Amino acid sequence: MADLEIRGLTRVFPGGVRALDNLDLHIRDGEFFALLGPSGCGKTTLLRSIAGLERPDAGQILIGGRDVTRLPPGARDLAMVFQDYALYPHMTVAENIAYPLKIRRVGRKDRRQTAESVGASLQIKGGMLDRRPGQLSGGQQQRVALARAIAYRPRVFLFDEPLSNLDARLRLEARTFLKQLQRDLGVTTVYVTHDQAEALALADRMAVMERGHIRQLDTPSNCFLRPANTFVASFIGSTPMNLLSATVRDGGCDVAGQRLALPEIVRGQVQSGEAVVLGMRPEYADVSLVEVPEGLSGPVRVLENLGVDSLVTIEIGDLRVQATTPEDCVPALGDRVWLVPDQRRLLVYRADDGERIAVGPAAPFAETTVDAGSL
Amino acid sequence: MSPREAETPAPPLPASAPPEAGATALRTRGAVAFIAPALALVAVFLIFPALWTLYLGLTDYRLTGIQAANPQFIGLDNYAAALGDPRFGNSLWVTLVYVFGSAVIGQLGLGFTLAWIFRGWRGASRTVLEILVIVAWIIPSSVVAFLWIAFLDTHDGTLNAVLGNADVPWLFSWPLLSIIVFNTWRGTAFSMLLCGGALSTLPPSHLETARLAGASSWQQLRDIVLPSIRGHLLTNLLLISLWTFNDFSPYLITAGGPNFGTETLPIYIFRNALTNFQLGYGAAISAILLVINLVIALVYLRVLRKRN
Repeated sequence: MADLEIRGLTRVFPGGVRALDNLDLHIRDGEFFALLGPSGCGKTTLLRSIAGLERPDAGQILIGGRDVTRLPPGARDLAMVFQDYALYPHMTVAENIAYPLKIRRVGRKDRRQTAESVGASLQIKGGMLDRRPGQLSGGQQQRVALARAIAYRPRVFLFDEPLSNLDARLRLEARTFLKQLQRDLGVTTVYVTHDQAEALALADRMAVMERGHIRQLDTPSNCFLRPANTFVASFIGSTPMNLLSATVRDGGCDVAGQRLALPEIVRGQVQSGEAVVLGMRPEYADVSLVEVPEGLSGPVRVLENLGVDSLVTIEIGDLRVQATTPEDCVPALGDRVWLVPDQRRLLVYRADDGERIAVGPAAPFAETTVDAGSL
Repeated sequence: MSPREAETPAPPLPASAPPEAGATALRTRGAVAFIAPALALVAVFLIFPALWTLYLGLTDYRLTGIQAANPQFIGLDNYAAALGDPRFGNSLWVTLVYVFGSAVIGQLGLGFTLAWIFRGWRGASRTVLEILVIVAWIIPSSVVAFLWIAFLDTHDGTLNAVLGNADVPWLFSWPLLSIIVFNTWRGTAFSMLLCGGALSTLPPSHLETARLAGASSWQQLRDIVLPSIRGHLLTNLLLISLWTFNDFSPYLITAGGPNFGTETLPIYIFRNALTNFQLGYGAAISAILLVINLVIALVYLRVLRKRN
């Protein structure tokens, strides 16, 4: 067990791309930490630098207070699970699980014993241990890769999109399983993913990255409810957040020629005439078929059935705004509807730098745990 | 009906015959017709000469004299003579050393080592390397042979010139080593390309997992790389051993000498059959060479199948 500290980590690829740009990060002991971002944001480079597979150009990496920046991967005492599982096709499952132990000169008998006990805890039992990875299903292979990582009790787990090769249903099961497993083992875990639902579901804390920088470092629920900037706002959430350009005027704002009230907490911090971006999740707005003052109104252009609710796309001026409605009050295509944002959930960003206005402890809503599976 | 059957104009079938049986017979006949030209070529140029060699090996056929006009069947006398001939034993031994030295150690060993060293090269440097390697490989054997004569010549050789007019008689003092080096130089490129291709099929995550577990380079090679590309290596080994076994080009450098020191089996056969005109005897040795080749191929197939 150990905490993980990154200080000023920089990695510049040939051609001048800064994959990591003077990055600082502290991951607590026993924490499940997710690195989230689009491809090319540097999350994998960061993970590989922690592993020692990538050499940073500047900065330090400390595991449990020990500087490992110059140590080879094998001396860092960490285990990594790759997207392709990296199982050796010429070894049996048991040999695969115990291979790191073989490198550490553990005897044949002890290796077999460890493979059996770790395997059993991951439902890899009986005849499966003596089969070759090629004879297993994707889900089983994934568990074998996990078992190999667990078998030699590393101080840190590194996961590089380990669920990406599973089909959708299996991925949800494996996700639950992985979260339980990490909690039981209590090993510090860094988990790289481009899937925001996975990060929200699994992580204790997460970092949302863009072009080598961390754009927000927070709990999953804060990243979901209070994205620090428009980048995070647009990246997190299964249905993308509405980001509407608006102009502040007389304590409210103009959106596509219509009036909308601003949240109380923001009013004192903006000036009349200032350009802002309103962030409104489709889940945090009511759709009404009768006229509501202070609502945005327009015709329904697209209807999408999401199961429990429906996603409605409304044309407001030259903007297209999405909102979800419960199954019992879905408007018809072409209906004129009124959209009323939940004032407590309405986010306001500065138009120039995309940062959220009124960041601070005074945020007016209680933290709630968000179940990413239902998003 | 499958598209293939539809393409073949089918003759009208007797109404009583089950249509399936007719179609199957037609398909078989079609397949035979397609493969027949190739089979005919193989028969004329490979199977018939092989059988003819086996037959000649049982006669005293010569290029000149009475036996040329009227060869006699002499049973296994040629084989008995070969096994009793110390020059045959010498020749077999020279061939084995030549194959082991130049094919196994030289071409495969060096080829794999080079492929392993250059595995990380990418982009322009890799392209240049590959072009150089292919150029080295496509130079005809006869040209390479004369390059090595020019390089190793006692008085005017490049090597001796580099060493300061040393006048070392390389081809005379180390004849077998010289042709081993020659064949290694000529064939390493092929093994290197093949090994390089095999190495590139290895997912990087496999070696990275091993590195994270603390495996040394040697352990990675032994536990992961070599077992993973075993099939490629064995196929390569089979090809280059057979090629080297049947290789005649050392004759261009040392002509089998000095004192039979580089007389490999193909050269031994050439001398007996075409220099000494003993075609029957040469055919018998050829048959033995054929058997050795078959044994190599069978051992290879056995090893490959056992592990898979």
